[in-house]
This record gives sequence, C-alpha cells and structure tokens, in this order.
Amino acid sequence: MLDYTPKEYIQRSALTINPAKTCQPVGAMYAALGIHKCLPHSHGSQGCCAYHRKFLTRNFRDPVMASTSSFTEGAAVFGGGSNLKTAIKNVFSIYNPDIIAIHTTCLSETIGDDIPTYIMSSQIPEGKLVIHANTPSYQGSHVTGFSNMVRSMVKYLSVNSKTPNGKVNVIPGFVNPGDMREIKRLMKAMGAAFTMFPDTSNVLDAPMTGKFDMYPKGGTKVQDIIDAGNSLATLALGSFASSDGAFELDKKCKVPARVLKTPIGINATDEFLMAVSKLTGMAVPEDLEEERGQLVDIMVDCHYHYHGKKVAIFGDPDLCIALTDFAISLGMTPKYVLTGTPGESFENEIRDMFNAAGIDGKVKALGDLFTLHQWMKEEPVDLLMGGTHGKYIARAEDVPFVRIGFPILDRSVHSYLPIVGYKGAMRIIEMMSNALLDRQDRDAADEDLELIM
Amino acid sequence: MAKGQVTDILEERKEFIQCKSNAGGLGLKCEKDSVAGSVSQRACVYCGARVVLNPITDAYHIVHGPIGCASYTWDIRGSLTSGPEVYRNSFSTDLREQDVIFGGEKKLAGAIGEIAERYSPKVIFVYSTCIVGVIGDDVEAVCKEAERKYGMRVIPVKSSGFAGNKSMGYKAACRALLNLMETNSTTWPRQSEKLTGVNFLGDFNLAGEIWIISNYLKRIGIDIVAKITGDSRCEEIMKAPEASLNIVQCAGSMTYLAKEMEDIYKIPYIKVSFFGIEDTRLSLMNIAHATGNKDAVEKAKELVFVEELKVKAKLEHYRKRLEGKRAAIYVGGGFKAISLIKQFAELGMTTVMVGTQTGRPEEYEVIRGMAVDGTVILDDSNPAELEKFIREKGADILVGGVKERPLAYKLGIAFCDHNHERKHPLCGFEGALNFAKEVDLTINSPVWKLRRHHL
Repeated sequence: MLDYTPKEYIQRSALTINPAKTCQPVGAMYAALGIHKCLPHSHGSQGCCAYHRKFLTRNFRDPVMASTSSFTEGAAVFGGGSNLKTAIKNVFSIYNPDIIAIHTTCLSETIGDDIPTYIMSSQIPEGKLVIHANTPSYQGSHVTGFSNMVRSMVKYLSVNSKTPNGKVNVIPGFVNPGDMREIKRLMKAMGAAFTMFPDTSNVLDAPMTGKFDMYPKGGTKVQDIIDAGNSLATLALGSFASSDGAFELDKKCKVPARVLKTPIGINATDEFLMAVSKLTGMAVPEDLEEERGQLVDIMVDCHYHYHGKKVAIFGDPDLCIALTDFAISLGMTPKYVLTGTPGESFENEIRDMFNAAGIDGKVKALGDLFTLHQWMKEEPVDLLMGGTHGKYIARAEDVPFVRIGFPILDRSVHSYLPIVGYKGAMRIIEMMSNALLDRQDRDAADEDLELIM
Repeated sequence: MAKGQVTDILEERKEFIQCKSNAGGLGLKCEKDSVAGSVSQRACVYCGARVVLNPITDAYHIVHGPIGCASYTWDIRGSLTSGPEVYRNSFSTDLREQDVIFGGEKKLAGAIGEIAERYSPKVIFVYSTCIVGVIGDDVEAVCKEAERKYGMRVIPVKSSGFAGNKSMGYKAACRALLNLMETNSTTWPRQSEKLTGVNFLGDFNLAGEIWIISNYLKRIGIDIVAKITGDSRCEEIMKAPEASLNIVQCAGSMTYLAKEMEDIYKIPYIKVSFFGIEDTRLSLMNIAHATGNKDAVEKAKELVFVEELKVKAKLEHYRKRLEGKRAAIYVGGGFKAISLIKQFAELGMTTVMVGTQTGRPEEYEVIRGMAVDGTVILDDSNPAELEKFIREKGADILVGGVKERPLAYKLGIAFCDHNHERKHPLCGFEGALNFAKEVDLTINSPVWKLRRHHL
C-alpha cells in the first residue's frame, strides 16, 4: 500500500505523512491510570477522550476508564469552567474515585482555560483530590504528556515532611504494565525499599475475575506519591518520560534525581541495578547475577543470528535510545533511528552512539514513518523494529518486522511480558532472532533449508 | 417507565434510560449532549466526519490540526478497497505551538501543495479539528485558493470536534459529499436523462460487505452508480446525481445526504438494512420494487429463495447451540440495533438490553415496540451503566465496538464486534451465517468455563 513512496528524499516543510507519535493527552491519561483509584479526566471535546480510551484499549486489551468535560460550542466560546466544575461534581458522585487527574487538550489550552482556578472553585468532597497537568497537543508528543502528568503528581502531591523513609523512588517511564511489574521485581530482588510511580500493572493487565472493576487493584497509592518527597533519591528511567518528574521532586522536596536509560538491554539494566545498589548499599543478589549470566550465555549462543545485521528502529525516544544501545552491544548496525517526538537531545545521544561504534547511520527526531520508509528504500535494512504501524513498511519492503513499543494494535500479550531487565533482553533477542531466522527459512531454497540453525 | 428501579445512576442520566413495560410511558430522552463528567462512549464531530469520508479510496485526507486527530484515525476504519490505497495513509499538518499562535493557514496551504505537486490527486479533503475552529483559520479560503492554483478539488470538511457529537460529523461529511457531487454540476443530466442505477449510501465496506451487496444487486439486474462511501472512487461520487434511486443503509450517517439529494437532484430514497435474513430479504425486494423493474422483482424473488435456502440449514445448526441465550446490544445507531434485535430473534435468542450512542426518537420507538418486557433501553450510555444492566439482565453476550469489548470480557461474557473491527462480513445471507458463527464461537468458547475466583 505504500508503493507510491518515492525513493529519493523529498524535503517537506508542512505535511506529516504517517506519524510516529500521537498527542500529549493520551500519555497523560496513561500515566494517570497508574495512580490507584484515579479517574483520568479529559478537559476538552468528548472525541478526545473517546479516542484516547480506544487507543489505549486497543494496545492493552483492557478497559480504560476516563471521563470528559464534553465541550460544546458554548464551552469553546465562554471557557470550559462550568463544564469542569460540573464534571468534578458528577465524577465524584457517581464514579467515586479517590483522585481525579485532569489533563487539558489543544482546545482547552488554546481558549486559555485556567484549570487551577476552576479546581479551587469546585466542590471536592472531603478526603478526595484533584490534580491537573497542562498537555497541549501541539507541543511534544504523547511521551511529553506522560512526563507532564508525572511531574504534576509530584507538584500536587509529594511532600517532604522531614521524615526520611529510606526509599528509592522509581519513575518507570512510558512502558507497558509488564515492564513495570518487572522493574518492581528487580527492585524487590535487590532488597530495596521503593516507591514506583506511576504503576499501571494490575490496572491495564489486571486478571479476569468475572467482575468489572472501575478501579482495579493496581496503581501507586496516593499516600506513596505524597511520601515520595521523603525518599533518599529518585531514579528516572528514560529521560524523555521520567526526568521532569524526578527534577520536580528534587526542586520541591530536595530528593536528588538520577536519570538513567530505560533498562532495556544488558548495559542499561546493569546501570540500573548498579545505581540501585549504590543508593541502597545492597549488593546485586546472586539470583540477578544468574539471570545476567543466562543472558550473556544466550548472547553467545546466538550472536551469529544477528551480528552485522542492519536494523531500523522507530518509536518513543526512551525506547529508541535504549534499543539502539542494545542493538550495538549485540553487534548489529542500527542504521536508522527515528522518533516522532521532538528533541534535539535525542538526535545528539543517538549520534554519539553512532560515532562511538563507528556507525554510518541516520537519526531523526520529530520524524514520520514516510521519512523512515524513504531511508529504507535508499538503502535497505535486514530488520525493522517498532510499533504496529511499521507493518506497512515491512510489507512494502518485505523486511522482517519485530513489534516493540507503543502502540501494538495487531498482536496481543506484549503488554504482559517485559522487555526491560535481563529477562526482557532475552525476550528481545528471541523476537529478533526468530524474525531473522523465520525469514531465512522462508526464503531458503529446498536444498538450503537447514534443520539446525 | 420504571424510574424507581434505576439505582446508582447519575440523576441527569435517568431520563436516558428506560425499562420496557406494558405500561407505556414517555419517550426516551436522546439526541442530547453528554453530561459533563460522564465516562461517555461517544466521540466527536470530527470522528463522525472522518469515518464517513475515509473509505473514499483515492482521495487524500488531510487532517488539519495537532497530530492526535490524525494518528487516532489512521487506517482504523477497516474499510476494504479493490484498488487505490491512498486513503490508508495518514496526512496531517501536525500543528505546533508556532502555528497555533500565528495561525495554521500557511502550513495548510503548504501541505496541500506538497501533495498536489507530487501526486496530482483528483480530490483532497481537509478536515478541521477543534483548534482550527478556535484559532480562526479560514480553511475554506485556503481550499478555494488551492483549487484555483492546482486545478483540483480541495474540499473543506467542517468538523471541529466541539461543535456537537458524532451525528453532526456525519452531517459535515454529507455536506462535503454534496460539495464533491457539485463538481460536474454543469454537466450532470437532468431528470429525464437519469441512469437506471442506484446509489448505495451508508455501507463502508467493512470486511468487504459492499461487495456482497453489490453482487446481489448485479444478479437482480441493478447497477450501482456510486458506493457511498465503501470502496468508492471520487469519480463515482461525482456521478451520483445521475442515479435514479438512493438506497440508504447506515441511516444514522446518511439520511441527511439522502434527503438533500432528493431535494437537489430529485432522487428518491428508501432505507434498507442487510443485517439478518429478514432484513436482507425485505431490503432486496423493496429495492427491486422501487426500481419499478418487473424483471428485477422476479430475479430478486429467485435470489432470495436460493440464498435463504443455502444458509437456512446451516443457521439451524447455530440456532440449536444458541437458543435461549440473552443478548445485550450497544451500538452507534438505532437502525443497526433494530436489525440486531431481529437477528438475535432469528437465532432463538432474547435481547435483554439495547442501547445506542446516537439513536433518534423514532428509532427508539421502534425498539420499544419490538423489545420484550423488561428490556432495558438506553441512550449514550457509560461503562458503569452497561455493567449494571448486563449483570442484572444476565446477558450472555454483548454486541458493541472497541471500548465495549474489554468490558464484556472482564465481566466474563462473550462479545461480538459489530463495528470497525468486525473480522467477517456480517451483511446479507452469508453475513447472517457469519454472524451466527461468530456469536456461537464466542458464546460457546471453552474459555468461559475457566473463569473462577479460586482454584
């Protein structure tokens, strides 16, 4: 279907074709779902809320609850204040969450709605909370929205009450609930006391019980986010999604921040565990050393499956950065790396990796999949990695494709199984290796088909 | 109206919900904006316009706004094509902060230019999103200028999200279609020169459905002039004014267009539904009669006889497996809900709850007339209400769209997508069989037996 994509690179200044990102509010909604008993609230037209819920539902295959201010012409002209106040009253009376997390939309931002003032003049039942994040859709991307909502959690909730709790805060970044579970498992294995927020595990990967829970068991407790102001440090996993929240904690509560890569791949996982070890004074336990050893064993066993292969990677910046690093450590050549999210630092970080590894590659922030496709037509790669929308390019160019990142709309189970940590690295290797070998099997002449590979 | 029985429901929502009883009562409240703060399942004006126009396969659809509206609607419709695939790409202006401050007209003109110069398409649709309505871009002027400059149709779709609900978007799309039909307004024949064919309005070729119906019509000797809009080309829509009859399937989205075309082009219309055996039979016969062609009537009788015979025995197999099961329905429009109630009845099932996002008063009246006593009828519902009534009424299956699927699954009941994500054609005789198969496959899946709280 993309056969009209021309090979020669066309300079475009106005037109985006086949985006590699979406807008802020959906990221904010996802982050807010990671607070226990929180109802995300979309302050804008009801279409926004419906789209975000659908988008997340398609990715996670679980119910996604959120309410909307249901803007009409009147609200667009006179401001959305009365809609928001009515919404807050209605949400607490019928859906009864502990906390409402409001995010804005391009519409409410542009008409200049002053959310804090509206919240102040709303009736909020005793013991209930309302927080908000500004998430204009015309800035950044869904990752920015996630980051902004995390920062708002800190702004509104976290307090340094001068009672150190000895915990490490972990901000996991825009990753799947399965990854959040894995990060928690690693923290527990390290014997570290910690608070992770947000935490969508057991919200968007909740078990089937025959009962619909508006607020499933999971999500970080509000009390824990408040107490995050007393922690000894914050580890922000992924600079794009998590660093703003961590810096806000530093600014507001004097909790020092450390920004790390999303722990995808062996190096990034090593760094993460070493950072935890350094903060807590706990040694990396035998179990995790064993897992690492297994991972290296796997990397030895099948390095010839992927060594020297050229790979194109697209998706969210934190994922792309970690994945590029991992691919290089596997002896692969990340030829093209592209994110839809804007950010010069993204291009610089990837370029540094290219330079260090002597790779002649291309990188682009605020790019779209049309550009990626053109690059791949100019000089083909052996493997494409990214979200579901890459399937069009994979098909057009007949390139093996590994689905990784957000969103994945045409496969399931991805949100349950981690790609972070040593276990996640094993899974990524399995996915990449299998994709390459399946292709080799498919294309092999009868006489070349091998049993043992 | 059994108001007293409804508990845990938002006070403002009570008039939107009814429990059918013999006592009769007031009409259901509907066609109103959603209550602020509800977890509504509804979408916006833009969404309505986009789903109607997107299936036009050779048009370039530019979404003018920040990236979200374009990315959420990128190839999600499930409309199949027999040719061009342009419509499956996402084109947008991806408005950034600077554009919002200084206006997006320049960027829009640039985006149109970048398409026009490279691909010289016949038609570009430009969708306005919320923000465009607020920052005051004169989209019409930009489109007009582009038409002049490039000599092609550049049609604005007035679909700012806040300007109403999805139904308003359907209207905006219909106006854009009328605009497209005007393209050859100086040349289209007057009434005396009408073609004998019909336009098929309101089928979007999900899972290839329009191909099934086109085939039926062909077999009874009726040509389709324009498919609106499933698997359509811009050219055929421009020709639509020449047709002698409009047949309207998705009445929710297309009645407005049919009425306008009746007014402007003097084309009469009839409503049809190809969901379920009964409605398919009635619709085919009605179409044949409406064309006034005796030959067509005879052929239609024959087709119905043959096709019914083919599927009836097979349907009996499913009927045995489904008899007595209870169905809950929550779909977009009222007309589809009505067809579904009949279809479940054909399978020996009872509909215990029926709701729509944008049903109209007259449709709710029909539903009330068909429903058995005790059936819950609701407009613009939310998950809490759906859960409550599904549980109270002991439904075995929910029919709905994307957002309803995981809800049903979490409740441990079966689900059938009768929306964009249907996997098999559900229309016509073979569609009725597919529907029965799907319902059986999900209701009688062994997975429901594994559901328990403790080992």
